[in-house]
Amino acid sequence: MAYFLQQLINGLTLGAVYGLIAIGYTMVYGIIGMINFAHGEIYMIGAFICMIAFAVLGFMGIASVPMALLVVLLLAIILTAAYGWTVERIAYRPLRGSFRLAPLISAIGMSIFLQNYVQLLQGARVKAMEPVISGGFVLMRDGSFQVTLSYLQLMIMSVTVVLMAGFTTVIHRTPLGRAQRACEQDQKMAALSGIDVDRTISLTFVLGAGLAAVAGVMNTLYYGVIDFFIGFLVGLKAFTAAVLGGIGSLPGAMLGGLMIGLIEAFWAAYFDAAYKDVAAFSVLVLVLIFRPSGLLGRPKVEKV
Amino acid sequence: MSAAHAMQSELPLLEVRDLTMRFGGLTAVDRLTFAAHSGAITALIGPNGAGKTTVFNCITGFYRPTSGAIVIERGDETYRLDRLAGHRIARDAGVARTFQNIRLFPNMTVLENLLVAQHARLMRASAFSLAGLLGLRRYRDAEEAGIALARSWLERLDLVQYADRDCGTLAYGLQRKIEIARAMCTQPALLCLDEPAAGLNPRETTELSRLIISIRDEFGIGILLIEHDMSLVMGISDRIVVLDHGARISEGTPAEVRSDPAVIRAYLGEDDTANGEGGR
Repeated sequence: MAYFLQQLINGLTLGAVYGLIAIGYTMVYGIIGMINFAHGEIYMIGAFICMIAFAVLGFMGIASVPMALLVVLLLAIILTAAYGWTVERIAYRPLRGSFRLAPLISAIGMSIFLQNYVQLLQGARVKAMEPVISGGFVLMRDGSFQVTLSYLQLMIMSVTVVLMAGFTTVIHRTPLGRAQRACEQDQKMAALSGIDVDRTISLTFVLGAGLAAVAGVMNTLYYGVIDFFIGFLVGLKAFTAAVLGGIGSLPGAMLGGLMIGLIEAFWAAYFDAAYKDVAAFSVLVLVLIFRPSGLLGRPKVEKV
Repeated sequence: MSAAHAMQSELPLLEVRDLTMRFGGLTAVDRLTFAAHSGAITALIGPNGAGKTTVFNCITGFYRPTSGAIVIERGDETYRLDRLAGHRIARDAGVARTFQNIRLFPNMTVLENLLVAQHARLMRASAFSLAGLLGLRRYRDAEEAGIALARSWLERLDLVQYADRDCGTLAYGLQRKIEIARAMCTQPALLCLDEPAAGLNPRETTELSRLIISIRDEFGIGILLIEHDMSLVMGISDRIVVLDHGARISEGTPAEVRSDPAVIRAYLGEDDTANGEGGR
Protein backbone atom coordinates (compact mmCIF):
# COMPACT_ATOMS: atom_id res chain seq x y z
CA MET A 1 0.00 0.00 0.00
CA ALA A 2 2.71 2.43 0.98
CA TYR A 3 4.72 1.47 -2.06
CA PHE A 4 1.67 1.93 -4.25
CA LEU A 5 0.99 5.38 -2.81
CA GLN A 6 4.57 6.43 -3.45
CA GLN A 7 4.32 5.34 -7.06
CA LEU A 8 1.07 7.22 -7.40
CA ILE A 9 2.78 10.41 -6.25
CA ASN A 10 5.72 9.85 -8.58
CA GLY A 11 3.42 9.06 -11.48
CA LEU A 12 1.27 12.11 -10.97
CA THR A 13 4.33 14.34 -10.86
CA LEU A 14 5.66 12.86 -14.05
CA GLY A 15 2.22 13.03 -15.65
CA ALA A 16 1.71 16.67 -14.73
CA VAL A 17 4.82 17.59 -16.68
CA TYR A 18 3.80 15.49 -19.68
CA GLY A 19 0.41 17.12 -19.55
CA LEU A 20 1.85 20.62 -19.67
CA ILE A 21 3.81 19.76 -22.80
CA ALA A 22 0.92 17.84 -24.33
CA ILE A 23 -1.22 20.97 -24.21
CA GLY A 24 1.19 22.62 -26.64
CA TYR A 25 0.77 19.76 -29.10
CA THR A 26 -2.96 19.63 -28.77
CA MET A 27 -3.55 23.38 -29.10
CA VAL A 28 -1.43 23.71 -32.21
CA TYR A 29 -3.09 20.67 -33.71
CA GLY A 30 -6.47 22.10 -32.87
CA ILE A 31 -5.87 25.40 -34.57
CA ILE A 32 -3.84 24.49 -37.66
CA GLY A 33 -4.21 20.72 -37.84
CA MET A 34 -0.50 20.09 -37.70
CA ILE A 35 1.77 18.20 -35.31
CA ASN A 36 4.49 20.57 -34.15
CA PHE A 37 7.36 18.11 -33.94
CA ALA A 38 9.69 20.86 -32.74
CA HIS A 39 7.66 21.23 -29.54
CA GLY A 40 9.85 18.74 -27.63
CA GLU A 41 12.85 20.89 -28.50
CA ILE A 42 11.03 23.96 -27.23
CA TYR A 43 10.71 22.15 -23.91
CA MET A 44 14.44 21.33 -24.05
CA ILE A 45 15.24 24.99 -24.63
CA GLY A 46 13.11 25.89 -21.62
CA ALA A 47 15.16 23.43 -19.56
CA PHE A 48 18.43 24.96 -20.75
CA ILE A 49 17.27 28.48 -20.04
CA CYS A 50 16.36 27.33 -16.55
CA MET A 51 19.80 25.89 -15.92
CA ILE A 52 21.62 28.90 -17.35
CA ALA A 53 19.43 31.30 -15.40
CA PHE A 54 20.10 29.47 -12.14
CA ALA A 55 23.82 29.57 -12.85
CA VAL A 56 23.70 33.30 -13.54
CA LEU A 57 21.58 34.02 -10.48
CA GLY A 58 23.90 31.91 -8.33
CA PHE A 59 26.82 33.86 -9.70
CA MET A 60 25.08 37.13 -8.84
CA GLY A 61 24.62 35.79 -5.35
CA ILE A 62 20.86 35.70 -5.15
CA ALA A 63 20.29 33.27 -2.36
CA SER A 64 16.58 33.41 -1.71
CA VAL A 65 15.16 30.27 -3.31
CA PRO A 66 11.56 31.44 -3.91
CA MET A 67 12.85 34.68 -5.42
CA ALA A 68 15.31 32.89 -7.70
CA LEU A 69 12.66 30.38 -8.69
CA LEU A 70 10.23 33.09 -9.68
CA VAL A 71 12.82 34.93 -11.74
CA VAL A 72 13.94 31.73 -13.46
CA LEU A 73 10.39 30.72 -14.22
CA LEU A 74 9.52 34.09 -15.71
CA LEU A 75 12.73 34.25 -17.72
CA ALA A 76 12.23 30.74 -19.05
CA ILE A 77 8.64 31.44 -20.01
CA ILE A 78 9.42 34.69 -21.80
CA LEU A 79 12.48 33.46 -23.68
CA THR A 80 10.99 30.10 -24.60
CA ALA A 81 7.80 31.77 -25.76
CA ALA A 82 9.97 33.94 -28.01
CA TYR A 83 11.46 30.76 -29.47
CA GLY A 84 7.98 29.35 -30.00
CA TRP A 85 6.88 32.51 -31.77
CA THR A 86 9.97 32.57 -33.97
CA VAL A 87 9.65 28.93 -34.97
CA GLU A 88 6.08 29.50 -36.09
CA ARG A 89 7.00 32.67 -37.91
CA ILE A 90 9.90 31.30 -39.93
CA ALA A 91 9.13 27.61 -40.30
CA TYR A 92 5.34 27.29 -40.45
CA ARG A 93 3.65 30.51 -41.44
CA PRO A 94 5.32 30.77 -44.87
CA LEU A 95 4.03 27.26 -45.59
CA ARG A 96 0.43 27.95 -44.67
CA GLY A 97 -1.82 27.14 -47.59
CA SER A 98 0.77 24.78 -48.97
CA PHE A 99 0.17 21.02 -49.03
CA ARG A 100 -0.46 19.36 -45.68
CA LEU A 101 2.83 17.54 -45.40
CA ALA A 102 4.99 20.65 -45.92
CA PRO A 103 4.77 22.16 -42.42
CA LEU A 104 5.18 18.70 -40.92
CA ILE A 105 8.48 18.21 -42.70
CA SER A 106 9.45 21.74 -41.80
CA ALA A 107 8.70 20.90 -38.16
CA ILE A 108 10.99 17.88 -38.22
CA GLY A 109 13.68 20.06 -39.78
CA MET A 110 13.17 22.66 -37.07
CA SER A 111 13.46 19.97 -34.41
CA ILE A 112 16.79 18.75 -35.80
CA PHE A 113 18.00 22.32 -36.17
CA LEU A 114 17.18 23.25 -32.57
CA GLN A 115 18.90 20.13 -31.22
CA ASN A 116 22.06 20.90 -33.12
CA TYR A 117 21.88 24.57 -32.27
CA VAL A 118 21.82 23.82 -28.55
CA GLN A 119 24.46 21.13 -28.95
CA LEU A 120 26.78 23.61 -30.66
CA LEU A 121 26.16 26.40 -28.18
CA GLN A 122 26.10 24.34 -24.98
CA GLY A 123 28.11 21.25 -25.82
CA ALA A 124 26.97 17.68 -26.04
CA ARG A 125 27.75 16.62 -22.49
CA VAL A 126 25.07 16.02 -19.90
CA LYS A 127 24.75 19.00 -17.59
CA ALA A 128 23.96 18.57 -13.94
CA MET A 129 22.65 20.97 -11.36
CA GLU A 130 22.65 20.99 -7.58
CA PRO A 131 19.19 20.39 -6.16
CA VAL A 132 17.58 23.73 -5.42
CA ILE A 133 14.67 22.49 -3.37
CA SER A 134 15.04 19.48 -1.14
CA GLY A 135 13.05 17.89 1.61
CA GLY A 136 9.40 17.01 1.81
CA PHE A 137 6.61 15.64 3.89
CA VAL A 138 6.63 12.09 5.13
CA LEU A 139 3.06 10.99 4.60
CA MET A 140 3.21 7.42 5.86
CA ARG A 141 5.56 4.89 7.31
CA ASP A 142 5.45 1.21 6.60
CA GLY A 143 8.29 -0.52 8.36
CA SER A 144 11.40 0.98 6.89
CA PHE A 145 9.60 2.34 3.84
CA GLN A 146 8.57 5.97 3.92
CA VAL A 147 6.05 7.54 1.61
CA THR A 148 7.29 11.03 0.89
CA LEU A 149 5.81 13.89 -1.01
CA SER A 150 8.75 16.15 -1.70
CA TYR A 151 8.28 19.91 -1.74
CA LEU A 152 9.29 19.82 -5.35
CA GLN A 153 6.64 17.27 -6.27
CA LEU A 154 4.06 19.34 -4.45
CA MET A 155 5.21 22.42 -6.32
CA ILE A 156 5.07 20.68 -9.70
CA MET A 157 1.57 19.44 -9.07
CA SER A 158 0.26 22.71 -7.74
CA VAL A 159 1.84 24.80 -10.49
CA THR A 160 0.27 22.45 -13.03
CA VAL A 161 -3.14 22.71 -11.41
CA VAL A 162 -2.94 26.50 -11.33
CA LEU A 163 -1.82 26.69 -14.94
CA MET A 164 -4.53 24.31 -16.07
CA ALA A 165 -7.18 26.33 -14.29
CA GLY A 166 -5.81 29.55 -15.78
CA PHE A 167 -5.71 28.00 -19.19
CA THR A 168 -9.23 26.71 -19.07
CA THR A 169 -10.32 30.22 -18.14
CA VAL A 170 -8.41 31.73 -21.05
CA ILE A 171 -9.92 29.32 -23.54
CA HIS A 172 -13.49 29.57 -22.28
CA ARG A 173 -13.81 33.07 -20.92
CA THR A 174 -11.60 35.47 -22.82
CA PRO A 175 -11.69 36.94 -26.32
CA LEU A 176 -8.40 35.24 -27.14
CA GLY A 177 -9.81 31.85 -26.24
CA ARG A 178 -12.93 32.49 -28.25
CA ALA A 179 -10.78 33.55 -31.19
CA GLN A 180 -8.76 30.36 -30.87
CA ARG A 181 -11.85 28.21 -30.86
CA ALA A 182 -13.30 30.17 -33.77
CA CYS A 183 -10.10 29.71 -35.81
CA GLU A 184 -10.18 26.03 -34.96
CA GLN A 185 -13.65 25.66 -36.44
CA ASP A 186 -13.52 27.93 -39.48
CA GLN A 187 -10.52 30.14 -40.15
CA LYS A 188 -12.01 32.10 -43.03
CA MET A 189 -15.16 32.83 -41.12
CA ALA A 190 -13.06 33.84 -38.14
CA ALA A 191 -11.21 36.35 -40.29
CA LEU A 192 -14.55 37.64 -41.53
CA SER A 193 -15.51 38.26 -37.90
CA GLY A 194 -12.52 40.57 -37.59
CA ILE A 195 -10.17 38.05 -36.00
CA ASP A 196 -6.53 38.31 -37.02
CA VAL A 197 -6.01 34.62 -37.71
CA ASP A 198 -2.22 34.82 -38.09
CA ARG A 199 -1.86 36.57 -34.78
CA THR A 200 -4.17 34.12 -33.04
CA ILE A 201 -2.03 31.25 -34.35
CA SER A 202 1.14 33.02 -33.19
CA LEU A 203 -0.31 33.50 -29.73
CA THR A 204 -1.22 29.82 -29.63
CA PHE A 205 2.40 28.92 -30.25
CA VAL A 206 3.52 31.44 -27.64
CA LEU A 207 1.17 29.99 -25.02
CA GLY A 208 2.16 26.42 -25.83
CA ALA A 209 5.85 27.31 -25.61
CA GLY A 210 5.25 29.08 -22.30
CA LEU A 211 3.76 25.92 -20.83
CA ALA A 212 6.60 23.84 -22.26
CA ALA A 213 9.02 26.23 -20.56
CA VAL A 214 7.35 25.63 -17.22
CA ALA A 215 7.60 21.89 -17.85
CA GLY A 216 11.28 22.34 -18.74
CA VAL A 217 11.98 24.22 -15.52
CA MET A 218 10.11 21.68 -13.41
CA ASN A 219 11.84 18.66 -14.92
CA THR A 220 15.25 20.30 -14.65
CA LEU A 221 14.65 20.91 -10.96
CA TYR A 222 13.25 17.41 -10.51
CA TYR A 223 15.91 15.39 -12.29
CA GLY A 224 18.81 17.81 -12.10
CA VAL A 225 20.34 16.66 -15.40
CA ILE A 226 19.72 17.83 -18.94
CA ASP A 227 21.27 17.54 -22.36
CA PHE A 228 20.41 18.69 -25.84
CA PHE A 229 18.54 15.48 -26.64
CA ILE A 230 16.02 15.40 -23.77
CA GLY A 231 13.32 16.99 -25.91
CA PHE A 232 13.03 13.97 -28.14
CA LEU A 233 11.71 11.32 -25.78
CA VAL A 234 9.77 13.69 -23.55
CA GLY A 235 8.26 15.30 -26.63
CA LEU A 236 7.28 11.91 -27.99
CA LYS A 237 5.68 10.95 -24.69
CA ALA A 238 3.78 14.22 -24.49
CA PHE A 239 2.64 13.79 -28.06
CA THR A 240 1.48 10.29 -27.14
CA ALA A 241 -0.36 11.80 -24.19
CA ALA A 242 -2.09 14.31 -26.46
CA VAL A 243 -3.18 11.56 -28.86
CA LEU A 244 -4.22 9.31 -26.01
CA GLY A 245 -6.44 12.00 -24.52
CA GLY A 246 -7.82 12.95 -27.92
CA ILE A 247 -5.78 15.39 -29.91
CA GLY A 248 -7.35 18.82 -30.01
CA SER A 249 -8.86 18.42 -26.54
CA LEU A 250 -7.31 20.35 -23.65
CA PRO A 251 -8.64 18.22 -20.78
CA GLY A 252 -7.71 15.25 -22.94
CA ALA A 253 -4.09 16.38 -23.08
CA MET A 254 -3.95 16.68 -19.31
CA LEU A 255 -5.65 13.33 -18.77
CA GLY A 256 -3.39 11.68 -21.34
CA GLY A 257 -0.34 13.18 -19.63
CA LEU A 258 -1.38 11.85 -16.24
CA MET A 259 -2.08 8.41 -17.69
CA ILE A 260 1.29 8.18 -19.40
CA GLY A 261 2.99 9.34 -16.21
CA LEU A 262 1.15 6.80 -14.07
CA ILE A 263 1.71 3.93 -16.49
CA GLU A 264 5.42 4.67 -16.58
CA ALA A 265 5.75 4.98 -12.82
CA PHE A 266 3.79 1.82 -12.05
CA TRP A 267 5.40 -0.23 -14.76
CA ALA A 268 8.85 0.79 -13.58
CA ALA A 269 7.89 -0.03 -10.00
CA TYR A 270 6.23 -3.40 -10.45
CA PHE A 271 7.76 -4.73 -13.65
CA ASP A 272 10.91 -3.99 -15.56
CA ALA A 273 11.91 -0.34 -15.62
CA ALA A 274 13.70 -0.86 -18.93
CA TYR A 275 10.35 -1.51 -20.61
CA LYS A 276 8.42 1.44 -19.20
CA ASP A 277 8.38 3.26 -22.54
CA VAL A 278 7.08 0.14 -24.25
CA ALA A 279 4.24 0.05 -21.74
CA ALA A 280 3.34 3.68 -22.33
CA PHE A 281 3.33 3.35 -26.08
CA SER A 282 1.44 0.03 -25.98
CA VAL A 283 -1.41 1.70 -24.17
CA LEU A 284 -1.46 4.27 -26.95
CA VAL A 285 -1.76 1.52 -29.53
CA LEU A 286 -4.60 -0.11 -27.62
CA VAL A 287 -6.52 3.12 -27.19
CA LEU A 288 -6.11 3.98 -30.85
CA ILE A 289 -7.44 0.59 -31.88
CA PHE A 290 -10.56 0.83 -29.74
CA ARG A 291 -11.08 4.59 -29.59
CA PRO A 292 -9.37 6.14 -32.61
CA SER A 293 -10.24 9.70 -31.62
CA GLY A 294 -8.66 9.30 -28.17
CA LEU A 295 -10.26 9.22 -24.75
CA LEU A 296 -11.87 12.65 -24.82
CA GLY A 297 -11.57 13.48 -28.52
CA ARG A 298 -14.56 14.28 -30.62
CA PRO A 299 -14.97 11.92 -33.53
CA LYS A 300 -14.41 13.83 -36.75
CA VAL A 301 -17.68 14.70 -38.41
CA GLU A 302 -17.37 15.07 -42.14
CA LYS A 303 -18.32 18.58 -43.26
CA VAL A 304 -21.03 18.78 -45.89
CA MET B 1 -40.95 51.71 -54.64
CA SER B 2 -38.98 52.91 -51.67
CA ALA B 3 -36.01 53.43 -53.91
CA ALA B 4 -35.83 57.15 -54.01
CA HIS B 5 -35.12 58.01 -50.41
CA ALA B 6 -31.56 56.81 -50.28
CA MET B 7 -30.35 56.53 -53.80
CA GLN B 8 -29.59 59.99 -54.93
CA SER B 9 -28.28 61.15 -51.58
CA GLU B 10 -24.56 60.54 -51.29
CA LEU B 11 -21.48 58.85 -52.65
CA PRO B 12 -21.77 55.10 -52.91
CA LEU B 13 -20.67 53.04 -49.91
CA LEU B 14 -19.40 50.20 -52.07
CA GLU B 15 -18.05 50.58 -55.54
CA VAL B 16 -17.14 47.61 -57.68
CA ARG B 17 -15.19 48.61 -60.76
CA ASP B 18 -14.30 46.36 -63.68
CA LEU B 19 -14.18 43.34 -61.39
CA THR B 20 -12.93 40.23 -63.16
CA MET B 21 -12.43 36.83 -61.59
CA ARG B 22 -11.03 33.96 -63.60
CA PHE B 23 -10.54 30.37 -62.51
CA GLY B 24 -8.17 28.87 -65.03
CA GLY B 25 -9.91 29.36 -68.34
CA LEU B 26 -13.27 30.06 -66.76
CA THR B 27 -14.35 33.67 -66.39
CA ALA B 28 -16.73 33.70 -63.44
CA VAL B 29 -17.06 37.46 -63.21
CA ASP B 30 -16.45 39.58 -66.27
CA ARG B 31 -15.63 43.33 -65.94
CA LEU B 32 -18.48 43.88 -63.53
CA THR B 33 -19.19 47.42 -62.37
CA PHE B 34 -21.85 48.43 -59.88
CA ALA B 35 -22.34 50.38 -56.67
CA ALA B 36 -24.23 49.99 -53.41
CA HIS B 37 -25.35 52.82 -51.17
CA SER B 38 -25.81 53.26 -47.46
CA GLY B 39 -29.40 53.02 -46.36
CA ALA B 40 -30.35 51.04 -49.46
CA ILE B 41 -30.94 47.42 -50.35
CA THR B 42 -29.10 46.45 -53.51
CA ALA B 43 -29.97 43.04 -54.90
CA LEU B 44 -27.69 40.95 -57.07
CA ILE B 45 -29.73 38.52 -59.12
CA GLY B 46 -29.16 36.25 -62.06
CA PRO B 47 -29.62 32.64 -63.16
CA ASN B 48 -27.74 29.85 -61.40
CA GLY B 49 -24.03 30.12 -62.03
CA ALA B 50 -24.19 33.78 -63.03
CA GLY B 51 -21.33 34.58 -60.66
CA LYS B 52 -23.22 36.21 -57.81
CA THR B 53 -21.58 34.30 -54.98
CA THR B 54 -18.20 34.77 -56.64
CA VAL B 55 -18.77 38.53 -56.41
CA PHE B 56 -19.52 38.12 -52.70
CA ASN B 57 -16.40 36.04 -52.26
CA CYS B 58 -14.33 38.79 -53.88
CA ILE B 59 -15.92 41.49 -51.73
CA THR B 60 -15.33 39.56 -48.51
CA GLY B 61 -11.75 38.57 -49.28
CA PHE B 62 -12.35 34.86 -49.88
CA TYR B 63 -11.01 35.31 -53.41
CA ARG B 64 -8.44 37.73 -54.71
CA PRO B 65 -9.92 39.17 -57.92
CA THR B 66 -7.97 38.70 -61.14
CA SER B 67 -8.39 42.39 -61.87
CA GLY B 68 -10.54 45.36 -61.03
CA ALA B 69 -11.20 47.26 -57.84
CA ILE B 70 -13.59 46.93 -54.91
CA VAL B 71 -13.75 50.10 -52.86
CA ILE B 72 -15.49 50.90 -49.59
CA GLU B 73 -15.88 54.51 -48.47
CA ARG B 74 -16.37 54.54 -44.73
CA GLY B 75 -16.16 57.81 -42.88
CA ASP B 76 -13.10 59.55 -44.21
CA GLU B 77 -11.34 56.33 -45.05
CA THR B 78 -11.21 54.50 -48.34
CA TYR B 79 -10.56 50.77 -48.30
CA ARG B 80 -9.54 48.65 -51.26
CA LEU B 81 -11.16 45.34 -50.37
CA ASP B 82 -9.37 43.54 -53.18
CA ARG B 83 -6.09 44.16 -51.36
CA LEU B 84 -7.06 44.28 -47.69
CA ALA B 85 -5.96 41.52 -45.28
CA GLY B 86 -8.80 39.15 -44.39
CA HIS B 87 -9.58 40.28 -40.86
CA ARG B 88 -9.45 43.98 -41.74
CA ILE B 89 -12.32 43.63 -44.20
CA ALA B 90 -14.64 43.12 -41.27
CA ARG B 91 -12.77 45.09 -38.61
CA ASP B 92 -11.88 48.24 -40.55
CA ALA B 93 -13.90 48.31 -43.75
CA GLY B 94 -17.01 47.12 -41.93
CA VAL B 95 -18.17 44.38 -44.27
CA ALA B 96 -20.18 41.51 -42.79
CA ARG B 97 -21.62 38.55 -44.53
CA THR B 98 -23.89 35.53 -44.27
CA PHE B 99 -23.59 32.37 -46.34
CA GLN B 100 -25.74 30.32 -48.65
CA ASN B 101 -24.72 27.24 -46.68
CA ILE B 102 -24.59 28.72 -43.16
CA ARG B 103 -21.14 29.05 -41.60
CA LEU B 104 -21.67 29.47 -37.91
CA PHE B 105 -19.10 28.13 -35.48
CA PRO B 106 -21.02 24.93 -34.76
CA ASN B 107 -19.27 23.98 -31.52
CA MET B 108 -19.74 27.35 -29.89
CA THR B 109 -22.85 28.60 -28.21
CA VAL B 110 -25.11 31.15 -29.87
CA LEU B 111 -23.92 33.83 -27.47
CA GLU B 112 -20.28 32.99 -28.14
CA ASN B 113 -20.88 33.25 -31.87
CA LEU B 114 -22.19 36.76 -31.34
CA LEU B 115 -19.27 37.65 -29.09
CA VAL B 116 -16.70 36.37 -31.58
CA ALA B 117 -18.19 38.86 -34.01
CA GLN B 118 -17.17 41.62 -31.60
CA HIS B 119 -13.70 40.20 -31.23
CA ALA B 120 -11.67 43.22 -32.33
CA ARG B 121 -13.25 45.50 -29.77
CA LEU B 122 -13.16 43.01 -26.90
CA MET B 123 -9.58 42.01 -27.66
CA ARG B 124 -8.45 45.61 -27.46
CA ALA B 125 -10.31 46.16 -24.22
CA SER B 126 -8.92 43.00 -22.70
CA ALA B 127 -5.30 43.82 -23.62
CA PHE B 128 -4.89 40.44 -25.26
CA SER B 129 -6.85 38.62 -22.60
CA LEU B 130 -4.50 39.59 -19.79
CA ALA B 131 -7.05 41.96 -18.35
CA GLY B 132 -9.72 39.39 -19.05
CA LEU B 133 -7.87 36.82 -17.02
CA LEU B 134 -7.37 39.20 -14.14
CA GLY B 135 -10.97 40.33 -14.35
CA LEU B 136 -10.05 43.97 -14.70
CA ARG B 137 -12.75 46.60 -14.72
CA ARG B 138 -12.19 47.97 -18.19
CA TYR B 139 -12.48 44.55 -19.73
CA ARG B 140 -15.51 43.60 -17.71
CA ASP B 141 -17.27 46.74 -18.91
CA ALA B 142 -16.42 45.96 -22.53
CA GLU B 143 -17.52 42.35 -22.13
CA GLU B 144 -20.76 43.51 -20.61
CA ALA B 145 -21.35 45.92 -23.48
CA GLY B 146 -20.62 43.06 -25.88
CA ILE B 147 -23.09 40.79 -24.16
CA ALA B 148 -25.67 43.59 -24.14
CA LEU B 149 -25.33 44.05 -27.89
CA ALA B 150 -25.59 40.30 -28.42
CA ARG B 151 -28.63 40.15 -26.16
CA SER B 152 -30.36 42.98 -28.01
CA TRP B 153 -30.06 40.97 -31.23
CA LEU B 154 -31.16 37.77 -29.58
CA GLU B 155 -34.23 39.52 -28.24
CA ARG B 156 -35.00 41.14 -31.53
CA LEU B 157 -34.83 37.81 -33.36
CA ASP B 158 -36.56 35.91 -30.60
CA LEU B 159 -33.55 33.72 -29.89
CA VAL B 160 -32.91 34.40 -26.21
CA GLN B 161 -33.84 30.90 -25.08
CA TYR B 162 -31.16 29.42 -27.34
CA ALA B 163 -28.32 31.67 -26.11
CA ASP B 164 -26.39 28.88 -24.41
CA ARG B 165 -27.04 26.14 -26.94
CA ASP B 166 -24.36 25.06 -29.37
CA CYS B 167 -25.16 26.46 -32.80
CA GLY B 168 -24.61 23.16 -34.55
CA THR B 169 -27.52 21.59 -32.68
CA LEU B 170 -30.13 24.16 -33.71
CA ALA B 171 -32.72 24.03 -36.47
CA TYR B 172 -31.88 25.43 -39.87
CA GLY B 173 -34.22 28.42 -39.74
CA LEU B 174 -32.77 29.44 -36.36
CA GLN B 175 -29.23 29.15 -37.68
CA ARG B 176 -30.11 31.51 -40.52
CA LYS B 177 -31.32 34.09 -38.05
CA ILE B 178 -28.26 33.65 -35.83
CA GLU B 179 -26.02 34.21 -38.80
CA ILE B 180 -27.67 37.54 -39.51
CA ALA B 181 -27.43 38.46 -35.83
CA ARG B 182 -23.75 37.59 -35.84
CA ALA B 183 -23.12 39.67 -38.94
CA MET B 184 -24.90 42.62 -37.31
CA CYS B 185 -22.84 42.23 -34.13
CA THR B 186 -19.74 43.20 -36.10
CA GLN B 187 -21.52 46.57 -36.45
CA PRO B 188 -21.02 46.62 -40.20
CA ALA B 189 -21.32 49.40 -42.75
CA LEU B 190 -22.21 46.89 -45.45
CA LEU B 191 -24.16 43.70 -44.85
CA CYS B 192 -23.94 41.05 -47.56
CA LEU B 193 -26.69 38.44 -47.44
CA ASP B 194 -26.18 35.37 -49.62
CA GLU B 195 -29.57 33.75 -50.25
CA PRO B 196 -30.95 34.44 -46.78
CA ALA B 197 -34.36 33.01 -47.69
CA ALA B 198 -33.07 29.67 -48.97
CA GLY B 199 -34.78 26.87 -47.11
CA LEU B 200 -37.20 29.14 -45.25
CA ASN B 201 -40.96 28.64 -45.35
CA PRO B 202 -43.24 31.49 -46.57
CA ARG B 203 -43.93 32.74 -43.05
CA GLU B 204 -40.24 32.83 -42.20
CA THR B 205 -39.54 34.57 -45.50
CA THR B 206 -42.01 37.33 -44.69
CA GLU B 207 -40.39 37.71 -41.29
CA LEU B 208 -37.00 37.90 -42.98
CA SER B 209 -38.03 40.63 -45.40
CA ARG B 210 -39.34 42.69 -42.50
CA LEU B 211 -36.07 42.17 -40.68
CA ILE B 212 -33.97 43.26 -43.64
CA ILE B 213 -36.03 46.40 -44.14
CA SER B 214 -35.85 47.24 -40.46
CA ILE B 215 -32.08 46.85 -40.48
CA ARG B 216 -31.83 49.21 -43.43
CA ASP B 217 -34.08 51.83 -41.89
CA GLU B 218 -32.80 51.63 -38.35
CA PHE B 219 -29.06 51.40 -38.94
CA GLY B 220 -28.83 53.13 -42.30
CA ILE B 221 -26.27 50.61 -43.49
CA GLY B 222 -25.90 49.31 -47.01
CA ILE B 223 -27.33 45.88 -47.72
CA LEU B 224 -26.23 43.69 -50.60
CA LEU B 225 -28.56 40.81 -51.27
CA ILE B 226 -28.30 37.68 -53.36
CA GLU B 227 -31.64 35.93 -53.58
CA HIS B 228 -33.59 33.63 -55.83
CA ASP B 229 -36.96 34.33 -54.26
CA MET B 230 -38.13 36.94 -56.75
CA SER B 231 -41.09 38.15 -54.76
CA LEU B 232 -38.74 38.91 -51.88
CA VAL B 233 -36.24 40.65 -54.14
CA MET B 234 -38.85 42.69 -55.98
CA GLY B 235 -40.58 43.55 -52.73
CA ILE B 236 -37.70 44.96 -50.71
CA SER B 237 -34.90 45.99 -53.09
CA ASP B 238 -34.17 49.61 -53.79
CA ARG B 239 -31.98 48.72 -56.70
CA ILE B 240 -31.29 45.53 -58.61
CA VAL B 241 -28.22 44.46 -60.56
CA VAL B 242 -28.74 41.53 -62.92
CA LEU B 243 -25.83 39.25 -63.79
CA ASP B 244 -25.56 36.63 -66.46
CA HIS B 245 -22.39 34.71 -67.27
CA GLY B 246 -20.49 36.98 -64.90
CA ALA B 247 -21.42 40.21 -66.68
CA ARG B 248 -23.98 42.85 -65.80
CA ILE B 249 -26.89 42.72 -68.20
CA SER B 250 -29.25 45.13 -66.49
CA GLU B 251 -29.51 47.49 -63.57
CA GLY B 252 -32.28 49.62 -62.14
CA THR B 253 -35.28 49.71 -59.86
CA PRO B 254 -37.32 46.51 -59.52
CA ALA B 255 -39.89 47.85 -61.99
CA GLU B 256 -37.24 48.72 -64.57
CA VAL B 257 -35.48 45.41 -64.26
CA ARG B 258 -38.67 43.41 -64.43
CA SER B 259 -39.57 44.83 -67.81
CA ASP B 260 -36.07 44.70 -69.27
CA PRO B 261 -36.07 42.30 -72.27
CA ALA B 262 -32.44 41.33 -71.58
CA VAL B 263 -33.41 40.08 -68.13
CA ILE B 264 -36.37 38.11 -69.42
CA ARG B 265 -34.16 36.54 -72.04
CA ALA B 266 -31.52 35.54 -69.49
CA TYR B 267 -34.05 33.94 -67.17
CA LEU B 268 -36.21 32.23 -69.74
CA GLY B 269 -33.38 31.58 -72.18
CA GLU B 270 -35.29 32.52 -75.29
CA ASP B 271 -32.56 31.95 -77.78
CA ASP B 272 -29.68 30.33 -75.95
CA THR B 273 -31.04 27.70 -73.64
CA ALA B 274 -27.88 25.65 -73.99
CA ASN B 275 -25.77 28.28 -72.23
CA GLY B 276 -28.24 28.85 -69.46
CA GLU B 277 -26.49 26.59 -67.04
CA GLY B 278 -22.93 25.56 -66.31
CA GLY B 279 -21.08 28.82 -67.07
CA ARG B 280 -20.51 30.83 -63.94
